[in-house]
Amino acid sequence: MGSNSSNMNHIPDGQQLLQDTGFSAAQIIRLYERFEFLDKDNTGHLRPEDLETVPDLDMNPIGARIIGAFFPPGKETLDFGSFVRILAHFLPADSNRTRAGAQQEPANSTTGKLRFAFQLYDQDRDGKISRDELLQVLRSMLGLQVTEEQLQCIAERAIQEADADKDDAISFDEFRKSLEKVDIDHKMSIRFLR
Amino acid sequence: MLPLGVTLLLLTAAAAAAGPYGSAAPPLRGPGLGFSPAVSASASAPPLLLLPQPREEYGAPGVALARSAAEETAGPAEEEEGGEHQHHGGGFRVVQWEWSYVQTPYIIAIWLLVASVAKILFHFSQRFTTVVPESCMLILLGLVLGGVVLIANKKQLYQLEPALFFLFLLPTIVGDAGYFMPARLFFDNLGAILTYAVVGTLWNAFCTGFCLYAAKLLGVIDERVQADLMDFLLFGALISAVDPVAVLAVFEEVHVNDTLFIIVFGESLVNDAVTVVLYKVYISFVEVGAENVQTADYFKGVASFLIVSIGGTLVGLVFAVILGFITRFTKKVRIIEPLFVFLLVYLAYLTAELFSLSAILSMTFCGIGANKYVEANISQKSRTTVKYTMKTLASIAETIIFIFLGISAVDKSKWAWDTGLVSCTLVFILVFRAMGVIGQTWVLNRFRLVPLDKIDQVVMSYGGLRGAVAFALVVLLDGEHVKAKDYFVATTIVVVFFTVMFQGLTIKPLVKWLKVPRSTSRKPTINEEIHERAFDHILTAVEDIAGLQGYHHWRDKWEQFDKNYLSKLLLRKSVYRKSELWEAYQKINIRDAISVIDQVREQEEEEEEEEEEEEEEGRRREEERHSELYIVKFKKTHSLKRKG
Repeated sequence: MGSNSSNMNHIPDGQQLLQDTGFSAAQIIRLYERFEFLDKDNTGHLRPEDLETVPDLDMNPIGARIIGAFFPPGKETLDFGSFVRILAHFLPADSNRTRAGAQQEPANSTTGKLRFAFQLYDQDRDGKISRDELLQVLRSMLGLQVTEEQLQCIAERAIQEADADKDDAISFDEFRKSLEKVDIDHKMSIRFLR
Repeated sequence: MLPLGVTLLLLTAAAAAAGPYGSAAPPLRGPGLGFSPAVSASASAPPLLLLPQPREEYGAPGVALARSAAEETAGPAEEEEGGEHQHHGGGFRVVQWEWSYVQTPYIIAIWLLVASVAKILFHFSQRFTTVVPESCMLILLGLVLGGVVLIANKKQLYQLEPALFFLFLLPTIVGDAGYFMPARLFFDNLGAILTYAVVGTLWNAFCTGFCLYAAKLLGVIDERVQADLMDFLLFGALISAVDPVAVLAVFEEVHVNDTLFIIVFGESLVNDAVTVVLYKVYISFVEVGAENVQTADYFKGVASFLIVSIGGTLVGLVFAVILGFITRFTKKVRIIEPLFVFLLVYLAYLTAELFSLSAILSMTFCGIGANKYVEANISQKSRTTVKYTMKTLASIAETIIFIFLGISAVDKSKWAWDTGLVSCTLVFILVFRAMGVIGQTWVLNRFRLVPLDKIDQVVMSYGGLRGAVAFALVVLLDGEHVKAKDYFVATTIVVVFFTVMFQGLTIKPLVKWLKVPRSTSRKPTINEEIHERAFDHILTAVEDIAGLQGYHHWRDKWEQFDKNYLSKLLLRKSVYRKSELWEAYQKINIRDAISVIDQVREQEEEEEEEEEEEEEEGRRREEERHSELYIVKFKKTHSLKRKG
């Protein structure tokens, strides 16, 4: 750990990130290396085009939305701290060792993960997934495989199942409730190499 | 499973020797079924009988009138009796006793019936069945039946035959398990499964073997048990494998969460490769003699393991591809679609056996691989048929296995008791299993996404059940080379009984006490389907962005490969274009519609019942009133009469 933290000195906010997220020092260093790799013009910031160069992302139905999650409306650049904090959502829940000064709700808790996913659907940030927004996601995932009618059926059914207060949209609580039986920790975590 | 081939040859020889005995229908008693009624030809082979030896015990010889030319092969005794009968009866007999003609299938059918009726009887007592697992009760029933047969015939006529077990009973259960294995869950936990299966089984086998040898040297095990290091290592190999049949039987009733179940069950399937190799290697070492074993042989053993496991898997995958491909063209022959599934899965098993590869691995991977394509290609009715036929057969095979385990235990001539050996083995397998699980979990948790906690480890250690596979393997041992065979058989019986019965009984309260997270039986909802798919895409994207070539990256690559090449090859054209999510949506709709109809029907039935009950009540009251009126009237007239 000693030698690693001295390496951390040249990483902006390194110590702060170590505290706030659940990443280990080695993981942060590795992520920094990746950040520098993506930052082709060495500005210390990433732009949407930098992320778009990542291979296979264009084949991913939700690729564009994910990039959008890194760059919320109004933000054109992404610094390393934000990069890491977003990725922290995908740490497995238990690796979040409670540290002094840690935030109330860690990013990689179940709620944190769900909120991240929710925001991917809810593009206009109004706190609800409307029927249209759901249709857009379905369209991008299923694309050419189904007809428009079939998409409507699926969306209709999904809203019917989840919508408790009958406002024809899915709020965050309804979203969370509809997924209460799913092991979110498993389904929304990836293994970051140590 | 190499001795299996030898066993089959011996069976054939035995049946051939039985030729003149067989009366009217030798084709029924074909070799390779293990049903030949003759005395086994070779003295050192285990008795390969399922049917009672002496025919005379089962009644009059069958005098088949309109039988084929097989009559002529019947021995002189037959003809004489036949002649006699004809003397007595003279001419046409209206009713005959055709026992020897139907003997074989009749006895099989009766056994199946006994097993099935036993299951019905057990479920009459609700309280009993929630406490005692079915496997326990079946073994007890087997003990009772074995005792009955023993008393009636003064010797044991039936036992669990290795050939029958390995060729028919085990494939049924493993086939069902493999075909319906949740593939995603299996591969998600593949690392853990492989570790426990390979490292864990090796650890158990060697430790048990060495420690038993040490116990022998220390004198804890009696002198009568003539076994040296090789024999003990062989015994350790066959007793240390977790058994899929036992795990299924016990865990089915306990309902632990999916991850825990798949790890233990997956381990029990994959460790077959290890067990097969160790068993074969040690048998050859024992036959050759410990002194003649060279270092080259050890390397051959390791190479053998790789070949057996990878080869078995490949055989299974090849058959999976064939099966998927065939079902693509079965549109005009819908009615025999299920048959293809059964045949090819079974052939995967047999082909692996043919080449001495791991048959269980072959069948499992055939099932896992083919499931997706077959289920998409075949008709809904065929799907139902396949599902319920496999489950029925597997259930009945399981029942038979446990009953026969009970029966086989009663036959004292086959085993010999040594307290030291039995107690040492029991202690060692429990201790080493626990140590192995703890050690491996500590290592695994450094790599796993969701670590396995202490409670999981307790359930895994306790759930390492031994079962019929170990028993069948020990019975297959050659008594000539392994002098302590009878002692080993007794020990295996005790171990199997202990794990299935004692551990089976206590695992439910243990799971409750430890508050192990249980599996929630839930109906899939469309939201879950949509969002789980979305999550997969999200994770793949995040892995790509973070530059990690992790699990999701490769899984996504596999799915691309599948979509572009495999599915095109194996799926019917009309099915290929459909989307999985749409299919899932339709399935959910259909299920909902059915459950709505069921609910309505139930309600109607309840209402009807209530109405009926009310009617009944009403009628009864009417009747009572009528009879009261009648009595009153009667009394009046009587009193009038008297007065009058």
